[in-house]
Amino acid sequence: MKAFLVLEDGTVFEGTHIGADREVISEIVFNTSMAGYLEVLTDPSYAGQAVCMTYPLIGNYGICMDDMESLKPWPDGFIVRELSRIPSNFRNDCTIQEFLEQNGVPGIAGIDTRALTRILREKGTMNGMITADENYSLDEILPKLQKYTTGRVVEKVTCSEKYVVEPAGALEQNGPLSGAARFDREGYERGVREPRPSLVRELNGTGLQVALLDLGAKRNIAHSLAQRGCRVTVYPALTSAEEIIREAPDGIMLSNGPGDPKECASIIEEIKRLYETDIPIFAICLGHQLMALATGADTHKMKYGHRGGNHPVKDLATGKVYISSQNHGYVVDMNKLDPSVAVPAFVNVNDGTNEGLSYVNKNIFTVQFHPEACPGPQDSGYLFDRFIDMMKGEN
Amino acid sequence: MPKNPNVKRVMVIGSGPIVIGQAAEFDYAGTQACRSLKEEGVEVILVNSNPATIMTDKDIADKVYIEPLTVKVLEQIIEKEKPDSILPTLGGQAGLNLGMELEESGFLAAHGVKLLGTTAATIRNAEGRQEFKDLMERIGEPCAASKVVENVQDGIDFTNTIGYPVVLRPAYTLGGSGGGIAHNQAQLEEILENGLRLSRVGQVLVERCIAGWKEIEYEVMRDGAGNCITVCNMENIDPVGVHTGDSIVVAPSQTLSDKEYQMLRTSALNIINELEITGGCNVQFALHPTSFEYCVIEVNPRVSRSSALASKATGYPIAKVAAKIALGYTLDEIQNAITQKTYASFEPALDYCVVKIPRLPFDKFITAKRTLTTQMKATGEVMSICNNFEGALMKAIRSLEQHVDCLLSYDFSALSPQELKERLKTVDDQRIYVIAEAIRKGVSYDEIHDITMIDLWFIDKIAVLVEMEQALKKGPLTAELLREAKRIEFPDNVIARLTGMTEEKIKKMRYENGICAVYKMVDTCAAEFAASTPYYYSVYGGECEAVKTRGRKKVLVLGSGPIRIGQGIEFDYCSVHATWAFSRAGYETIIINNNPETVSTDFDIADKLYFEPLTPEDVESIVNIEKPDGAVVQFGGQTAIKLTESLMKMGVPILGTKAEDVDAAEDRELFDKILEQTEIPRAAGGTVYTAEEAKAVANRLGYPVLVRPSYVLGGQGMQIAISDEDIEEFMEIINRIAQDHPILVDKYLQGKEIEVDAVCDGADILIPGIMEHIERTGVHSGDSISVYPAPTINQTVKEKIAEYTRRLAKALHVKGLINIQFIAIEDEVYVIEVNPRSSRTVPYISKVTGIPIVDLAAQVMIGKTIKELGYEPGLQPEAEYFAIKMPVFSFEKIRGAEISLGPEMKSTGECLGIARTFNEALYKAFLGAGVNLPKYKNMIITVKDADKGEAIEIGRRFEKLGYTIYATRSTAAALNEAGVKARKVNKISQESPTVMDLILGHKIDLVIDTPTQGRDKSRDGFLIRRTAIETGVHCITAMDTARALVTSLENAGGQLTLVDVAQL
Repeated sequence: MKAFLVLEDGTVFEGTHIGADREVISEIVFNTSMAGYLEVLTDPSYAGQAVCMTYPLIGNYGICMDDMESLKPWPDGFIVRELSRIPSNFRNDCTIQEFLEQNGVPGIAGIDTRALTRILREKGTMNGMITADENYSLDEILPKLQKYTTGRVVEKVTCSEKYVVEPAGALEQNGPLSGAARFDREGYERGVREPRPSLVRELNGTGLQVALLDLGAKRNIAHSLAQRGCRVTVYPALTSAEEIIREAPDGIMLSNGPGDPKECASIIEEIKRLYETDIPIFAICLGHQLMALATGADTHKMKYGHRGGNHPVKDLATGKVYISSQNHGYVVDMNKLDPSVAVPAFVNVNDGTNEGLSYVNKNIFTVQFHPEACPGPQDSGYLFDRFIDMMKGEN
Repeated sequence: MPKNPNVKRVMVIGSGPIVIGQAAEFDYAGTQACRSLKEEGVEVILVNSNPATIMTDKDIADKVYIEPLTVKVLEQIIEKEKPDSILPTLGGQAGLNLGMELEESGFLAAHGVKLLGTTAATIRNAEGRQEFKDLMERIGEPCAASKVVENVQDGIDFTNTIGYPVVLRPAYTLGGSGGGIAHNQAQLEEILENGLRLSRVGQVLVERCIAGWKEIEYEVMRDGAGNCITVCNMENIDPVGVHTGDSIVVAPSQTLSDKEYQMLRTSALNIINELEITGGCNVQFALHPTSFEYCVIEVNPRVSRSSALASKATGYPIAKVAAKIALGYTLDEIQNAITQKTYASFEPALDYCVVKIPRLPFDKFITAKRTLTTQMKATGEVMSICNNFEGALMKAIRSLEQHVDCLLSYDFSALSPQELKERLKTVDDQRIYVIAEAIRKGVSYDEIHDITMIDLWFIDKIAVLVEMEQALKKGPLTAELLREAKRIEFPDNVIARLTGMTEEKIKKMRYENGICAVYKMVDTCAAEFAASTPYYYSVYGGECEAVKTRGRKKVLVLGSGPIRIGQGIEFDYCSVHATWAFSRAGYETIIINNNPETVSTDFDIADKLYFEPLTPEDVESIVNIEKPDGAVVQFGGQTAIKLTESLMKMGVPILGTKAEDVDAAEDRELFDKILEQTEIPRAAGGTVYTAEEAKAVANRLGYPVLVRPSYVLGGQGMQIAISDEDIEEFMEIINRIAQDHPILVDKYLQGKEIEVDAVCDGADILIPGIMEHIERTGVHSGDSISVYPAPTINQTVKEKIAEYTRRLAKALHVKGLINIQFIAIEDEVYVIEVNPRSSRTVPYISKVTGIPIVDLAAQVMIGKTIKELGYEPGLQPEAEYFAIKMPVFSFEKIRGAEISLGPEMKSTGECLGIARTFNEALYKAFLGAGVNLPKYKNMIITVKDADKGEAIEIGRRFEKLGYTIYATRSTAAALNEAGVKARKVNKISQESPTVMDLILGHKIDLVIDTPTQGRDKSRDGFLIRRTAIETGVHCITAMDTARALVTSLENAGGQLTLVDVAQL
């Protein structure tokens, strides 16, 4: 079946329809990761957006449910050059086509994704529609596209009630250490699939209680802490500061999430209260932006954002550069920082934008990128250890 | 971290002659690194024995020593040039080993020379098998269970504890030389014994066999501050068991989920951090196909073939960045040359798929086993880029220039499904074609996978191609089907074949339906940032990013494709220099090539680079967009010459010598007419198509005769026939591939073989020098030792040669380069062959005479005259130096290859010996080729009857040098009779001890074995030569070579004189 991607500027791409059979209007963004399409699809930060993968061959290893970063895919639509007709991986559960269909995500394949990316790069992120209607009318569609906004998506993606992620009691529970996996042929034949390998080599967080404010959290944030021994309580986004503080956690994490940070006005108010406490706080992505807004800084929308697994960020404390996983369309304005409140801790080597803040006289640090990886490089996983040290008062 | 101010003079070690496992990629890396160093104001002292390289040009380095790569020579150069540092990680394993030897002996410390980049300790940890294993264990990175052994018994004992099969890898060898998989004790003993001998340190790693696992590589960079990135990863389609150099490789990996991708990436970074690599490094992994278990296979702490591939696949210039890191910069201080917006501290994002296919030499070595193992056999490779895997594979196949253009190119249709399954067990270069046939015959993916262990995803992609073949055959050819066929890169001629239509008609249908190639940019960032470097690849469908530029005149330079025997790195040298010359003359330059190992495909050589197959259709698509003012075909070897006619049809003017004149040189009848007109004698001969015709001509001329196809390079298929039987055999072999052109049969003349390269501007010629071959006619010019200036011909002959060259160049209206081979018999000069184009000897003669003939040829093509360029026409005065080009072979890498020299070229590379005297130059040339005698002073002579006279003379001279001579019965008798003491040894078929036992006793330095005329039918001779080569014994098959060697040995010893060729 034919499908069309119509952009706000009137550009139309013709391709083949994939995924669920429905029409969708959304904000079109691109991601440059070469692997990890399932992690992208299940990252709640993509709520309200349709994602174009710049890598042309998608679906090669099928869907490995273990790798989902939340319970379902969040993007409104999925845009690829080519969808693999067979999945090939020992952990594969179903094809990507089946996954998209089952979860109601429509998409388009067979278009020149590079041309689309170049348009978004030059003109900036814009809205678009994926439709299978061959008789579409631009006159009708374009005004609709111009009107579309992602809205308050955080409320859509956060959990409905709080829950607990139990800590690993022993390193072995995390699965084999990366590299220490040993293939068990007999077990494999019985259907036993070894767990994903872990990078965590020390249970340095044992006994620590972490409150995670779920603004659209990827699963691996809680998981990274639990693997290190922390007990993580995950709270819905609209939980009051008071409720969290009352539980007296050893640390608070503000997660990633979708949309324009300035639309999270009530959450920002609660975060102001969290800031006032002495509880160590570590925030990622949207959490980082909200903390900045809560303390008087500003954010703005980037032309086309950072989405991919190859962005270099420099840790200004050490001068070291790490390759990071990123997914954000908004950024904290470096020019409007009050140096008595927060100072830059990380900077993007490519474009000099802010990638992290360290709060003055506070046990608070925040990053724009994703130390939990999934997908992408695991280089900055050490930040979870830094947070644990902070909670233990060892920083 | 800023640049280290103490680094001012850096010595760079090159990789020496091109051999299998160490090829043009090091010229690419070395050239890029030297330019990068010079950009930083550092003085570069270059040492490389290979004259065919661009890195040994005076514009690349400040001091250039084309000297043998031995520790002694390097020490001498260090004493003379006093560098403050040395960079050993650019010259492959050869360069690295030398750097280590200099360091370990304390010489560097004693002379205040620092090892730049990765430290000696790091190299030891990465290269020493035991050290590496210990280190991996320490950081929890798994290696396959293994043990380093120094004798066979320990190997057997260890294997008994881990079980067969085991993999054997000798330490410090090239291309996995001497390695293999042993399934039982007999195999273990054989491979182990050989491996121990080949290893510089006498060590072999015996390792658990992980054959069948996925083979994945990561290219990583690390700077002195500890910042790490991975440039890209690559997945071998052929699972572990085939050397990565012989595997079909795809980048990035296709079948790894993010979990597997990141697991291995993190492991690679852990490893280079622990090793403290500063620069580039390659990490190879084996990944279990149905689990997360993996093993680190090996680490190469230097630039490599894989890093060249990764650079071309991503646009990330690894060698350049490695050189800057060596000077002290950190990754975030080095700008990304492609985007000029981002920095080297990022990871390229690809939005396309890259496929590399090795170029294997089985067309040259028809007796060799085609099996692929852990011992690399490929001489070169091609790469292609497309936005789908099928298309990339199809483009790579047709780039190979091995008479293949789709998955039907090898015909296995006669095999039944059962036979196909049996055939699939053979791992060789035809495996993908067998898989395609198996799919056609309905063998299931799972069955194919179970036998080959190739991932289902790749098998499915092959099936997509097979389905398209079938759809095209079935028809009808709709626009939609054609569009889809082009999307996966079926060439027009294949579509024509399958549909039964003409190629013209397919093309017309394409144009009518707007199905044309468009070009996308390799920009390192998947279009996230605007890039300014025009490095393009084609796809079908979508937007075209290549724009026709205007303003300057535009020239298209056709490259020479994959490195193969007969068409090597020399032609890349010519293409690159021609490009630079046109650029200097104000032209916009465009290169089309498909070889990832070369300098020409570096993105900053030409104004535009199209990484594409060199077929008429692919070139035409580029021409349609670029509309060049002219094309240059005379620098890209036969690959480019073959495109001449097509280019003319496209309306692209050929710069330089006209196509019809090139034809006149190749077409026997036309050429005979020219020789008549110009009164130049040649050997009598005729043109034939069939064996009957050939025998008739041969009998008219009288045996021996030379039989060869026309329009080939490197003497492919050329043989000396001494009988009707030979003719029948050779004609059968030649005609296995349909010949478009007649076959030539010439009277074989025995004399001195002379070669010249000249530039002609249409009126005047310039001959930089005359080269003479040591071997008499009958040995291919590329395999002969070549001497400049010609030492044994007189003035009359020299004048005749110059005059004939002038006449031929004029008669053929040559504008540009011409290469002519002559035979001199006393004062008579006969012409053998004329090639109105660049040749293998161009870089060599340019360097040793200091006359840049490629540059001159390019200028002549655009209208300059030789006089205007400041040269006096004619034969140039002889240099004060003797420069000897020595062929280098890779016989030990190719099991079963016949090593005896003949009219068909077999060498893979060359090295140079340059000195004031002939004898010293000869000694250096042998030394550079790795002939480092004597060790035991024992030798074997076994020659055919015709050579016995010369064997006596040569034997006597070896005897005088203190050699003990062993000889087979009749040779021994002849020697003893003439008073040369020779010990008789038994032939192989006789009782022990035989000549074979002698060789396997490892006390022999040298074997002189001349095969009987024609194709050697004697199993004995073949076996002797093969065993010698495989056990590391030098083997000489021509008496002239033997004489040259003894001359060189007589003059050995003493301090060598050093020549900086940049001063010539």
